[in-house]
Amino acid sequence: MVDISKSFFGVKALENINIQAYAGKVLALLGENGAGKSTLMKILSGIYKKDTGKVLIRGEEVNIGGIKAAEDLGITIIHQELSLLPNMTVYENIFLGNEKTSGFGKLNKAEMKRQSADLLQKIGCSVEPDTIVERISVGEMQLIEIIKAVSKHSKIIIMDEPTTALTDVETEKLFAVIEKLKSEGIAIIYISHRLDEIFRICDDVTVLRDGKLIGSAKVSDVTKDQLITMMVGRELEEQFPYRKEETGKAVLKVENLCWKDKVKNVSFEVKGGEIVGLSGLMGSGRTETAKIIFGEHKKTSGNIFVDGEKVDINSPKDAIKYGLAYLSEDRKKEGLVLGMSVGENMTLSNLKNLEQAAFRLNKKEENKLVSEYIKKLSIKTTGSGQKIKHLSGGNQQKVIIAKWIMLSPKVLIVDEPTKGIDVGAKKEIYDVLNELKKTGKAIILISSDMPEIVGISDRVIVMHEGIVTGELNREDANQENIMKFAVGIENKEI
Amino acid sequence: MVINFKNFLLKYISLIGLLTLCIIIALISPRFLTVSNILNVLTQVSVNAILAIGMSFVILTGGIDLSVGSVLAITGAVLATFAKTGGNILPGVIAAIMLGAAIGLVNGLLVSKGKVQAFIVTLATMTIFRGVTYVYTGGNPISGLGNNISFIGNSSIFGVPLPIFFIIIVLLIAWYALNQTRFGRYIYALGGNEDSARLSGISTNRIKSLVYVISGVTAAIAGIIVTSRIGSASPNAGVGFELDAIAAVVLGGTSLAGGEGKVTGTIIGALIIGVLNNGLNLMGVSPFYQAIVKGLVILLAVLLDKKEK
Repeated sequence: MVDISKSFFGVKALENINIQAYAGKVLALLGENGAGKSTLMKILSGIYKKDTGKVLIRGEEVNIGGIKAAEDLGITIIHQELSLLPNMTVYENIFLGNEKTSGFGKLNKAEMKRQSADLLQKIGCSVEPDTIVERISVGEMQLIEIIKAVSKHSKIIIMDEPTTALTDVETEKLFAVIEKLKSEGIAIIYISHRLDEIFRICDDVTVLRDGKLIGSAKVSDVTKDQLITMMVGRELEEQFPYRKEETGKAVLKVENLCWKDKVKNVSFEVKGGEIVGLSGLMGSGRTETAKIIFGEHKKTSGNIFVDGEKVDINSPKDAIKYGLAYLSEDRKKEGLVLGMSVGENMTLSNLKNLEQAAFRLNKKEENKLVSEYIKKLSIKTTGSGQKIKHLSGGNQQKVIIAKWIMLSPKVLIVDEPTKGIDVGAKKEIYDVLNELKKTGKAIILISSDMPEIVGISDRVIVMHEGIVTGELNREDANQENIMKFAVGIENKEI
Repeated sequence: MVINFKNFLLKYISLIGLLTLCIIIALISPRFLTVSNILNVLTQVSVNAILAIGMSFVILTGGIDLSVGSVLAITGAVLATFAKTGGNILPGVIAAIMLGAAIGLVNGLLVSKGKVQAFIVTLATMTIFRGVTYVYTGGNPISGLGNNISFIGNSSIFGVPLPIFFIIIVLLIAWYALNQTRFGRYIYALGGNEDSARLSGISTNRIKSLVYVISGVTAAIAGIIVTSRIGSASPNAGVGFELDAIAAVVLGGTSLAGGEGKVTGTIIGALIIGVLNNGLNLMGVSPFYQAIVKGLVILLAVLLDKKEK
């Protein structure tokens, strides 16, 4: 892609960007959220039209008029939010829009199943072609998306943060598949915030910042620190700031929590002034535990204590009343109301305090409060009235964090707080958590990002298949120890 | 400037549509822009406008209420029973509104607690209460109502028919509730994203139930106006009215998916339908063609709305 530029409503989103992807190699596209990676890839895959510049494939200029044109040129994008149809089978998804038919337009199911089985086997995926997609794991879905791309004979595959929802095992599998695709001469453009992955599987790297090209290099020629500097434009002295605080009494205590067969006899406590990491692989019951505490799931048995008193929580509303707050792992589905403004999202849990006579909301006070928190958390927005869907992921996350800390909760449960967020914003979120810790809040940090858990937790609780398998002090909490408990090899407390 | 102009058009698209329609009709038929005709249009619009305002609350949460026409009929019949006794009609009005609220509550609970789709729930209650109305009236209109009920639909203050005041009052209350209160904010949040709303501590079930109660109440108010204007309660009253109400809401730019829309838009939507009916009548277009035109206008409006977005 040569000299690509694109503006939205007069705002330059991309300025003279050049990138080159080679057959049989993986190009990493790096940059903070809002740097222009997605816009660039949407131009390549025909979703947006470029303003100026050229796209060349094998040296020939091509015109990408739309998604279909891009597909015909062998360009496929695998979006972060997977686009499989959950209620259809694996093989139906693979051949969607590309169905094999025999005479009279009758679907040739046997042929499609056979070919699917071949493709699945080739890629090392053990799923049966007629399994319904909603029954398979996110990692397997990712592989199916790749098979879909391969079955269309794609020459260029774009992967947008493919590993965010994957377990380590699934990630390894994906990497193996990427190696295989490379050996078949497919060019891959790989977008990720996880620098370790870049060094594992990418050959070249291009960094964008604020819609501008910052630089391109061979991965073997750069260091992680150099990349971070290129991305954020400043040195990051400390990626995981940690400070020990004086801890108080147990603010939250849970005893023998059970829910269906997903959470079994979970007990732990969190003191004021500490961050407790809740770790475990996907499906270990971490999020479910948080949702039981927050009243979203009705516990089958067990007790919850806040400040030493037993509380009866039947809904998120109850939980908030007792001073709990929960930041969901799924920002779009369970955190934001995308059609509403920054301000409306931020005050959604706090409207009762803004009510005056005749049920009238004090909008002046509301705006003041919102502006205050926009400043406090340095949220990048044009103001309280801006639609939240126009904010970057990191800034959206900060709005939700503001929503909760506005309530001054006693316990804050944050579930994957930095998922899909750029390095700079991550650090800012850690700073906010540390600040809250300093004021004596009890914080539970749920995360799949191991360095993050190890980096900022005072204590780590590890779960495996619904059971707490271990607890580690900060001194002993390293990735190996956590992993042993997470995969259930070692078990301290049963 | 160009962008601003486009935004302006986008924001006021339904109002611009209404004004354009008025201008076209006024040019063709000079009788359109007379005071008496305009008051006539507004009075005729009142029933649909009030139904549509209630419907807006439901649609903003992502639901739908098909039962309003039947609620209108049964509440009208109940009011007629009271009116026939010839005494004070206030108890009848209160009974009608309570009944509307009660049916709305049933709808609401089935949708929220029962977790049945709104379309199915209200399709069922629409059928049930139409049947109840037939049973209650024995299939015949309840007529011969006392004179003391006629004033609701037929009297005027300073030459302005009373039903027009009803629209204004209902609109003001609805606007206030949706734009100035916590309840209103919760409705938009619930319609925008139910999971986020619930996890923000909103009692989503309560809000969902309440919007159907509101729709039931507005249907009862519409039932009162219809009964009073005609001077009798027909078991067939309000058949198909739910569709006009939904059309008004959609014409006003409210998304059927919920979370987006304005009650002022709904009023404009109701006026577009009313003006169109009136204009086509003035031009002497056959009712058969009127239906076709109305349908086409709805399609055109929704297509324009989509394109602008």
